[in-house]
Amino acid sequence: MPEREQRQRPASESEQSDGATEESLPTSERAERLKSEIDDILDEIDEVLEENAEEFVRNYVQKGGQ
Amino acid sequence: MALTKILGLETEYGIHLADPESNPTSGSSLLINAYVAHLAGRIEWDFLDEHPGHDARGFDREGVGPLVERHLVNTVLTNGARYYVDHAHPEYSTPECTTVLELLAADRAGELVLERSMAAAKQMLGAGQEIVVYKNNSDGKGNSYGCHENYLVDRTVPFKEIAQQFTAHLVTRQIFTGAGKVGCEEEFSGRAGFEITQRADFFEEEIGLETTMNRPIINTRDEPHAEAGQYRRLHVITGDANLSEVATLLKVGSSSLVLSMIEDGYFNDTDLYLREPVRAMHSVSHDLSLRMPLELRSGRQLSALQLQGEIYLAACAYRDREGLASLGDPAVGELILSQWERILTALESDPSSLRTTLDWVAKYEIMQAYCERHGCGMDDPRVAAMDLQYHDLRPERSLFRRLGMETLLDEATVLAAVTDPPRTTRAYFRGECLKRYPRQVISANWDSIVVDLGEEPLRRIPMMDPLRGTAAHVANLLDECATVNELVDRLGG
Repeated sequence: MPEREQRQRPASESEQSDGATEESLPTSERAERLKSEIDDILDEIDEVLEENAEEFVRNYVQKGGQ
Repeated sequence: MALTKILGLETEYGIHLADPESNPTSGSSLLINAYVAHLAGRIEWDFLDEHPGHDARGFDREGVGPLVERHLVNTVLTNGARYYVDHAHPEYSTPECTTVLELLAADRAGELVLERSMAAAKQMLGAGQEIVVYKNNSDGKGNSYGCHENYLVDRTVPFKEIAQQFTAHLVTRQIFTGAGKVGCEEEFSGRAGFEITQRADFFEEEIGLETTMNRPIINTRDEPHAEAGQYRRLHVITGDANLSEVATLLKVGSSSLVLSMIEDGYFNDTDLYLREPVRAMHSVSHDLSLRMPLELRSGRQLSALQLQGEIYLAACAYRDREGLASLGDPAVGELILSQWERILTALESDPSSLRTTLDWVAKYEIMQAYCERHGCGMDDPRVAAMDLQYHDLRPERSLFRRLGMETLLDEATVLAAVTDPPRTTRAYFRGECLKRYPRQVISANWDSIVVDLGEEPLRRIPMMDPLRGTAAHVANLLDECATVNELVDRLGG
């Protein structure tokens, strides 16, 4: 793949500021880093997810389009 | 030699109003009016050239095709896009583009237009009131709304040939175009808890004119908005609305490349024809292994992944012999091929490695992680809420924005595409005229603009050729014309 700009979440940028790239890390550390990234995302999702999920989903009704 | 592909994307957005009594059509109008209100002046859409009942198979069915809703809000933006209300949804149609990178910028600009519309509408509405827009294609209750792709193709290629040869690609490209969906539409209830696409379940026919019911894989609407003797506009209605830039690039890029190959006869000697395309459309979307065999008419059996692999290799052979000029810019063609290879390879070895690249993988992976943390299943209402909220265009609510997704464009390019038209098609002329002579452009549509020269009657400037009116053709001319009267004089009265 051509080297194109890849934007990562700010959290992962700061995590990588020590110069270590994803590829240079051993598999276990990479898995750990990935897990902590996903944990951060899940924390955020818990914060922003609609409070009454059931009602929100039930009320989301659209008119059919094309 | 394949024609340069003129490309466009039209997206019907999902709309949700806090007040269940309120009407989505007036909500959509309010949204668009709110956006337009803060722009200088407002340009009306011109309906003279609307013929959605034309059928590519050679007949007209007045009244059967979708109704053109003339009374609803309809406007043209300075980036050459059309922004309007269609079937109770706000719809944004990109300007015509010749490269998929231009198109990607125009599509992303559409998301910003909707985002700004929501903010503007919020200011106009009372406290606590809000209109929320979703870039998705299903409400999970049997209602779908589309993200349609448009490709101008060579009129001399028989439509039947295009229809037959394009179908296998439309069915199998779902493995990277899917935006993911939890649960299934009613008819398919009992199947897996997650499927790859939002749209697949809504397809019931192989070919036809409908877009709102009995949806066909190949849509026969024949309304080129251009020189009809030269061009056919292939209106593709199967795709999902993507938030992933890579997915949009590959959805449109691979498809325009396949259409070029069809125009140049590269599918004539293949056996890539599915025996049961409609059934395959559904099963590919429901098969997260990507490996379920599909039967070809020749009797061969290939998975969606294998079929895509064969089409990709045929595309490489096509590039080697014919070049990629039909994709607007050969370098962009190379980018499409390299992304195509990379995505197919990753889908084969480890789809989860695309969790910041493709919409369906991103959605699936984060839902799995959520279920693990909360000890719930994919049928939990919170997971259904995540599905909807993935597509929420409000930055503070969007789940998509929280996933660190890979991008191909920088933010400045997307911002510029909100106001500036692409430079390589007639959209440049349309958009620049709107910018420069806002008070004198009375209306515009895809193939003409109507201007007021201060004397009756109004003057229509035709733009039947989508490849004329580009920056290369008219940028200097426009710079030299301070008024639209001068412009009309210079164009030859």
